[in-house]
Amino acid sequence: MFIALRDLRFARGRFALMGAVVALVALLMVLLTGLATGLADDNVSAIADLPATHLAFSAESGVKFNQSTVTADQWQALRSVPGVADAAPVGNSLFNGHVYADHAQADKARTEVLANGKATSADTAGAPAVDLALFGVEPGSFVAPVQTAGERLAAGSDGVVVSDDLARKKGVKVGDVLVLDRVGLELPVVGITRKANFGHVPVVFAPLQVWQKATFGSTRAVATFVAVRADDAFVPATADQAQRLTTVTRTAAFDGSPGYKEETGTLVMIEGFLYVIAGMLVAAFFTVWTIQRTAEIGLLKALGARTGYVVRDAIGQAAIVLVGATALGLGLGLGLGAAMPGNAPFALKPVPVLGAGALLVVMGLLGSAVSIRRIAKIDPLIALTGGNAGAR
Amino acid sequence: MSLQLDTINLTLGDGDQQVVALDNVNLAVAPGELVAVLGPSGSGKSSLLAVAGLLLRPSTGRVSIDGTDVTDLGDRERAQRRADRIGFVFQAANLVPSLSVREQLLLIEHLRGGRPRLAEQRADRLLEAVGLTSRAGHRPGQLSGGERQRAGIARALMNEPGILLADEPTSALDRARGRAVVELLAQQAHEREVATLMVTHDTSMLDVADRVLEMRDGQLAPRAPVAA
Ligand SMILES: Nc1ncnc2c1ncn2[C@@H]1O[C@H](COP(=O)(O)OP(=O)(O)O)[C@@H](O)[C@H]1O
Ligand SMILES: [Mg+2]
Repeated sequence: MFIALRDLRFARGRFALMGAVVALVALLMVLLTGLATGLADDNVSAIADLPATHLAFSAESGVKFNQSTVTADQWQALRSVPGVADAAPVGNSLFNGHVYADHAQADKARTEVLANGKATSADTAGAPAVDLALFGVEPGSFVAPVQTAGERLAAGSDGVVVSDDLARKKGVKVGDVLVLDRVGLELPVVGITRKANFGHVPVVFAPLQVWQKATFGSTRAVATFVAVRADDAFVPATADQAQRLTTVTRTAAFDGSPGYKEETGTLVMIEGFLYVIAGMLVAAFFTVWTIQRTAEIGLLKALGARTGYVVRDAIGQAAIVLVGATALGLGLGLGLGAAMPGNAPFALKPVPVLGAGALLVVMGLLGSAVSIRRIAKIDPLIALTGGNAGAR
Repeated sequence: MSLQLDTINLTLGDGDQQVVALDNVNLAVAPGELVAVLGPSGSGKSSLLAVAGLLLRPSTGRVSIDGTDVTDLGDRERAQRRADRIGFVFQAANLVPSLSVREQLLLIEHLRGGRPRLAEQRADRLLEAVGLTSRAGHRPGQLSGGERQRAGIARALMNEPGILLADEPTSALDRARGRAVVELLAQQAHEREVATLMVTHDTSMLDVADRVLEMRDGQLAPRAPVAA
């Protein structure tokens, strides 16, 4: 890269301009991946963090959290399927509620909800409102939450363990009482667990029977899906046949969360467009740059440079600019990401960020490769005769 | 003979536009000999250099360098020969804009995949020979026309060529500077035993040449005696 490096220095203004565009695209990529990861976290982190390999839904509903119902027969049968280490029911429904620090006030609110469908007096109706996903799990099962403060779920109690998110954003603490709207259930907060979200709202873990009461008004031996912990010997299709289930891997189950597919799909599309645009920008730049260098390339060839030499020089030059600019853009993006307000759905993880950077460099190199044909076609004769040798 | 052209014909263009650029040309240039070629514009002088410099293949006839027939070599081998055996001095110097004068010379060694250490010594000696030592770090944009042309000559000698081809090397220079450049070419040709073919249409330089030929409508002949 004898010439490439010196060209970079000599024409630094032009390369800086292109580098700036690539850096900005890289920065945008970081923000987009951050948003994608953040939105996904916000939507399905409770599912992603389940210590399960597979999720089994009812065959009738397929992979749909808001439509599936599984029975006790089904999850008990799953436990004896070859390859399955454990299977535990999980109930899942969305609720609204209000949080009360004062138990007397919570009791009052409950009476009002049961009578009128909502809290009516000034003191009860003014309590902080929360949207939440109620997850019903059997206390002691492998999907029961691990508390970071307070106590764990206990069978026969109405005590719930709430996502850390509720503690941080709504000031919910152990000892508070959560009253569910419409159904009027009173759920004392006994513990806090690490951040868990579902459907863009924080998760409240309750004993399965409490979830059943909240959802159906009575304790019926059903749940939404079965969390399965299995090894390679587990053949989901066989279990599905026998038990009328639809079993998918934990990550495949994300798609069953309302809106998840649409959100990720939109972001993936935007990212895809950006990669294509970046590739085309670099292609346009190097095409113009090669045209400007026509006389110089003709000269190099006349002096004995092979086409391969000139091409390597040009692609090497592109690689330097792309890697440098991408690294700069990623750095800026990470800095900006760190400064994001905490309640924005934004999370940066190394793999997606580095992946985006690598893909951007690859797209840029593909873009710069369009100049290869042009370089190959330049006739060394123009060094002698000037531009009009191209007539040949 | 370092350079030998045997019954060269060259037809350029296609269809109705065909031009006979070289018509039955025979030429031999010996090591250390400076041959000047005169002729009006469009007579085929550049075409002659292009064929001799392996930039164009003749339609018929043979080209030999150092006694080897190179007419039918492929593009890669021709590039290799140009890098190893041929020096070019172009009309407008044709330097790489981003390289300093010294780097223009080192580039030649780089293209040949040679040893940088020896190349640096040779480059410095050549720059001294053409009087550019104090300009070694300057880029083409910072040089005068004469300095650029001298840099071009130093570059052409960098690969210790057997053949040096110069196409109107003085056309961009005033008379005094032009003459200095031609004298430099002659001196280097003699000192380094380079077979030099120089195209010019400036008759005032001809006394420097060992031999003068004239190109007319693609035909090359010894220069006709000038009347008066
Ligand atoms: N690529 C080409 N196609 C057709 N004709 C050409 C081409 N290049 C040169 N010619 C013609 O060949 C003749 C010789 O050109 P050239 O060798 O450049 O002459 P000179 O260098 O003596 O001015 C001219 O008539 C010129 O117009
Ligand atoms: Mg010419």
